Amino acid sequence: MPGLRVLKSRDEFEGEIYTSTVIVEGDDLPASRDGAPTAEIGRARPRVDGRNRVTGRAMYTQDVRLPGMLHAAILRSPVPRARVRAIDTKKAEALPGVRAVLHRFNAPEIEFRGEKTLFRDEVKFVGDEVAAVAADDSQVAQQAIALIEVDYEILPHVVDLEEAIGPKAPKIDPDGNVHDAGEYKRGDFRKAFKDADVTIDVTYRTSTQMHNALETHGAVASWDGDRLTVWESTQAVFGVRNMLKDALKLQPTQVRVICEYMGGGFGAKLGTYKYGVIASLLSMRLGRPVRCVLTRREENLAAGNRSATLQKLKLAGKDGRIVALEHESWSNSGQGRWAANPTGPSNTLYDIANVSSTAHRVTTNAGALSAFRAPGYVEGTFALESAVDELAVAMKVDPLTLRKRHARSVTDPRTDNRYSLKRLLECYAIGAHEIGWSKRRNAGMRGSQPHRRRGLGMATQIWGGGGGPPAYATVHIETDGTAVLRVGVQDIGTGTRTAIAQVCADELGLQLDQVTVRLGDTDAPYGPGSGGSVTLASIGPAVRIAASEVREKLLVAAGGILEMPASELRIERGSIVSKGARTPLKEVMPKLDNSTIIGTGIRHPNPDKLAIKTFGAHFAQVEVDVRTGEIFVEKIVAVHDVGRIVNPLTAASQVQGGIVQALGFALTEERVVDRGLGRVMNANLEWYEIPTSMDVPEIVVRFVDVPDRKANNLGAKGLGEPPIIPTAAAVANAVANATGARVRHAPMTRARVLKALAMVEAS
Amino acid sequence: MTSLRGPNAVDLTLNVNGHDRSVHVPPRFSLLDTLRGPLGLTGTKLVCDEGDCGACTVLIDDRPVYSCLTLAIATEGRRVETIEGLSQDGTLHPVQEAFVEHDAYQCGFCTPGQVMSVVSLLRAKPDAREDDVRRAVSGNLCRCGAYPNIVAAGVAAAKKKR
Repeated sequence: MPGLRVLKSRDEFEGEIYTSTVIVEGDDLPASRDGAPTAEIGRARPRVDGRNRVTGRAMYTQDVRLPGMLHAAILRSPVPRARVRAIDTKKAEALPGVRAVLHRFNAPEIEFRGEKTLFRDEVKFVGDEVAAVAADDSQVAQQAIALIEVDYEILPHVVDLEEAIGPKAPKIDPDGNVHDAGEYKRGDFRKAFKDADVTIDVTYRTSTQMHNALETHGAVASWDGDRLTVWESTQAVFGVRNMLKDALKLQPTQVRVICEYMGGGFGAKLGTYKYGVIASLLSMRLGRPVRCVLTRREENLAAGNRSATLQKLKLAGKDGRIVALEHESWSNSGQGRWAANPTGPSNTLYDIANVSSTAHRVTTNAGALSAFRAPGYVEGTFALESAVDELAVAMKVDPLTLRKRHARSVTDPRTDNRYSLKRLLECYAIGAHEIGWSKRRNAGMRGSQPHRRRGLGMATQIWGGGGGPPAYATVHIETDGTAVLRVGVQDIGTGTRTAIAQVCADELGLQLDQVTVRLGDTDAPYGPGSGGSVTLASIGPAVRIAASEVREKLLVAAGGILEMPASELRIERGSIVSKGARTPLKEVMPKLDNSTIIGTGIRHPNPDKLAIKTFGAHFAQVEVDVRTGEIFVEKIVAVHDVGRIVNPLTAASQVQGGIVQALGFALTEERVVDRGLGRVMNANLEWYEIPTSMDVPEIVVRFVDVPDRKANNLGAKGLGEPPIIPTAAAVANAVANATGARVRHAPMTRARVLKALAMVEAS
Repeated sequence: MTSLRGPNAVDLTLNVNGHDRSVHVPPRFSLLDTLRGPLGLTGTKLVCDEGDCGACTVLIDDRPVYSCLTLAIATEGRRVETIEGLSQDGTLHPVQEAFVEHDAYQCGFCTPGQVMSVVSLLRAKPDAREDDVRRAVSGNLCRCGAYPNIVAAGVAAAKKKR
């Protein structure tokens, strides 16, 4: 096969660099020359699936109903740690309508997420899976799990991060609760810190944030005797497929995963969980489709969270620069086996000569963490960017000026590779102008009422988002002259379907409504999971290549039909255009009978020795009521440098949404776990407070919008995660500017603000 | 004298989207479970099932209610409207149209509830302003944070009506 080669590609995913083997065929397309909008790219387009979303026709996993479908429910541990001595299912099995009960004494051995069993002999958190029931309807299934009798031998537990680190905590893992989760060094931190003029040594905390995607995790599995079809609310159809085939020991072609619409994931749905395996297992055993969809409470116990963190930072300044930075972190991973490392921003954001960081993962008797929109970076940026402001105050430098001194570098300090593109200074300039930074005073400003103070703050964001191979697209032309684009990625609400339709229409010369996108199905060739802000930058360039191939073939075919050389033809708005004549494709295609024009596109590897990053800055204006401690966020200006913007309308939505979620993290969202009982006390949407329409400030969204031509042929990078990263620190810095009080714990609740205000008064 | 019905399944006639529909459900069934189950109207979403989020909002006699907290049996003789009943002959309702134009959603899971809340507001107050819209959807959580565009869509739909 000519032109086929096997290469290595280095890609970043959620803050870590991975090397993968990729097969490359043919040549990549050149990136477009400038960033000017074309017929489709750079245009604000309403979503191509908007009609389905506003009419209730969009089919979510929760809505899937199959003939003969059974309903599964899961019995979860009511205690944080115990040995399961015995399970009595007699009463449950006697209930009319119950079809099967699974638990650790009768379930097959299944390897899943690093363990050898679905149902642990030692349950390790409130919500741990103990048994599952399949029944004719969900009410019966719920009644049945209530009838299961379990004999627990209670064991000592610990749920709190700082308690688990301490000497008196029971050892949850045989080798202790604290584990290494990453280390990094450059320069000589100790020496630089000792020789500095100004130093600070500060501790920050962030609480556990829960995803609370409105559609809970869930799956509907249907085994037909040979093949398993699974509808799952997921960000990664191939991720689910691979986990299920491994757990159930099936071939890849025996598992098909479908997710056309999904009701939010935010990182927690990058693979399946036990419910998916349970639904599949029960379907294979009973020969009927089985639905297992979590309740809101289960969602908040056993479907992931953003770890609480404890972070200690030391910074040192000399001659107007930051000369040393040390960052040590501990993350409450619950029963998770990895940590979302909060030190990433400290290691990579600024050009600081001497850096040292250490991250620890702490095991507790709480549900496992999962990725949550910029995992680690949200927590770490809150600490780092708060600390940079604290140092700026100590150094008597404007905090934006201090950052600019460290943001000019064109090389990634961790790898010494040059950035493919970096426009961070422009982000600063635009943001400072929009918020009116020049009116900021070091001692804050008077507020709108006598007991209110006003302040401005800002913070910086760094993240990956370059995407990479493998990712594939096929495009074919239907007999009516419209195109069908098929990809193995999914649209999790970010607008992927619309953006790639725009890329396809643009390259082909079709109108947007002449492109149909098929996605969210493992029957297509591989596409990456929608996480790490990789989707568009991974699949978009492949779509361009596939569409370009179709265009070339189409011109030759049309030339044959119209009896003209292809070189004199082009395609515009769905018509073949020659000198003085336009022939709609829908008239050309029928003349080809059922001959079909097909193009395929692959994602070529990322360039060697370049660091592909996204940058941005948020500026916040807040008022603080010094009597009540309430923070009123008045305005957020968000400026992001993420390469080319394919759809300004949906891109702005991403940024607004990221900010709203970040404000929840900054101000109100906090999982509360009773230490004695080990129970999540706010596993619902009443006591766990996510932002409402009444909590949203004025939001100004700006993009630098310059294509990153070295990154990929589309010039686009990811935008899913960048906008949630810097908001909390920008707000904390604005609060400190307004009041002089430094709140070092997110969420910055009224109690914490009042405490910080009292510290200022005392000093 | 009202006759007692239940606890086993009973026959109910519900007026949904302008049509009388017969269902056979236990009296403890919520309107939400009845719509999504026997009536097959899955456009209305279940999120919390306890009145915290507004995703299941439908209209009863033009007023927005959480269908998860409403018993189906209590809606006999009343007009129930769901997201499926809004568009007529393939033409979107002006509120639906405004949601599409303003990108007033991301994942779309809260969208049916948001749309119903705004439709109800505009029926009661055709000249609704930004504050009215923001308050009207304050009981409809959106985890993607599409609120700015949801409010913009509501305001635009109101302007169109004026």
